Amino acid sequence: MKFVSKFEGPWSTPKEPLDVKTGEWRSQRPVTRAEKCRQCGWCSLFCPAGCIREKDRFFFADLDYCKGCGVCARICPARAIAIVREEA
Amino acid sequence: MSDIDLRGQVRVLDGNRAGAYGVLLCRPDVIATYPITPQTPLVETLYKFEAEGLFDPEMVEPEGENSAMGALIGACAAGGRTFTATSSQGLSFMNDAYLLAAGNRFPIVMAIGMREQVSPHGVVAGQQDAVLVKDHGWIQVYTESCQEILDTIIMAYRLAEDSAVLLPINVCYEGFYLSHHSQRVEIPRQEEVDEFLLPLKQMERLKWTLEDPMVFSSYTVPPELFTEYRYKMCAAHERAKVKFDEIDREFHKVFGRSYGGQIEEYRTEDADIVIVTMGASSGTAKVVVDRKREEGLKVGLIKVRMFRPSPRERLAKAMEGKKAVGVIDRSVCYAWNCGHNFVELRALAIDLKAPAPLLLDFVCGLGGGDITDLQVERVIDRTAAAAAGEEQAQVTWLALE
Repeated sequence: MKFVSKFEGPWSTPKEPLDVKTGEWRSQRPVTRAEKCRQCGWCSLFCPAGCIREKDRFFFADLDYCKGCGVCARICPARAIAIVREEA
Repeated sequence: MSDIDLRGQVRVLDGNRAGAYGVLLCRPDVIATYPITPQTPLVETLYKFEAEGLFDPEMVEPEGENSAMGALIGACAAGGRTFTATSSQGLSFMNDAYLLAAGNRFPIVMAIGMREQVSPHGVVAGQQDAVLVKDHGWIQVYTESCQEILDTIIMAYRLAEDSAVLLPINVCYEGFYLSHHSQRVEIPRQEEVDEFLLPLKQMERLKWTLEDPMVFSSYTVPPELFTEYRYKMCAAHERAKVKFDEIDREFHKVFGRSYGGQIEEYRTEDADIVIVTMGASSGTAKVVVDRKREEGLKVGLIKVRMFRPSPRERLAKAMEGKKAVGVIDRSVCYAWNCGHNFVELRALAIDLKAPAPLLLDFVCGLGGGDITDLQVERVIDRTAAAAAGEEQAQVTWLALE
């Protein structure tokens, strides 16, 4: 029998349950075009998953958690975010 | 010394009070109960023990059974020894917390003063409440006497908290027939019980601490991990069966009383036919078996103690070579149009060597009805007639004839 958990029941350390990659079932993803981005940070504020973070004064979605909902692309005043399909 | 401290004495006690002494002797850390007939006097007695300073558990007075179980889940997660008791509708109201307790492998001990389940309404004895939750992952042990309630609660802690088991357990006794009827009860001495439960101190168990926080009932993905926990729980149930037999033998060494572990076999060895009982009616049935033996009929009795997990191996062994088996069921399984133990025995009949015994079911004692010696006699007579080749109904509702 192949077991993964060292526990008898659904117990875990606090890290494990928080480490569920909620972006696994994404079918499309946001791509930020740096040349258009005005670094306003709205996408980060509106992201329902809270997964858009600032990096080198630009904003990028953490694809481990981004579900590809497209809210960031809709809200972006500079139209800097494109939504592209995930490759199958 | 308080005059209700009866430890080490022989007294006349009803089932609820006998159960309360069992709990007292096991020194629980947290008790959370909500009163419901017929379990209430058990709870009252526990409060009296606390008020008189016989023990000092955290006593939680929740607003309902669901919260009672919730409190115990938390207490158990912190490593505490816990107890609660309920009946009938209280058990139904507890349901989702009841499932959580089992799935998270919390070794909670809970007495069920068994009562009929609505509808029809009736605050009367039955087994319907407890058998309804047979597939919820708890261990269930059914008892025959007030002494057995007390003793089984002690054994229940040994079984539940064993690191090879870690499952919650119900100690079931029929309301009124046991909860409110008085019998001679030997109350063990505290030192004896302390020693009997001592091995649990060495057992490993997951628990919350501030230094090492844990998450339980965690969101479980992927499906393979989910399946793993289900598999492990089934495996724990299997281990509990043999363990329970061992605990019974050890109990006998310390306290001088034995109940046979998963099942009790009464005069079955040379029997041609056997009847199967569970709970309070077993005593009456044994008297009738003795009477029939005197008349020359080779009849025996199997008492199902551990209903969950199913004692299928021992039942199969006890039933092997018998010509006919008559089951007395104090519950109904709607979908199969018979009692629950009959369904169980039919399912395990496939494990038996051919020719398998004929199986008959007798639904009896519903709605608080007595299971009388005359009824048991009818059960034995018909089972004997079936063994002799006479055609018999597969399921008989004794009260409706």
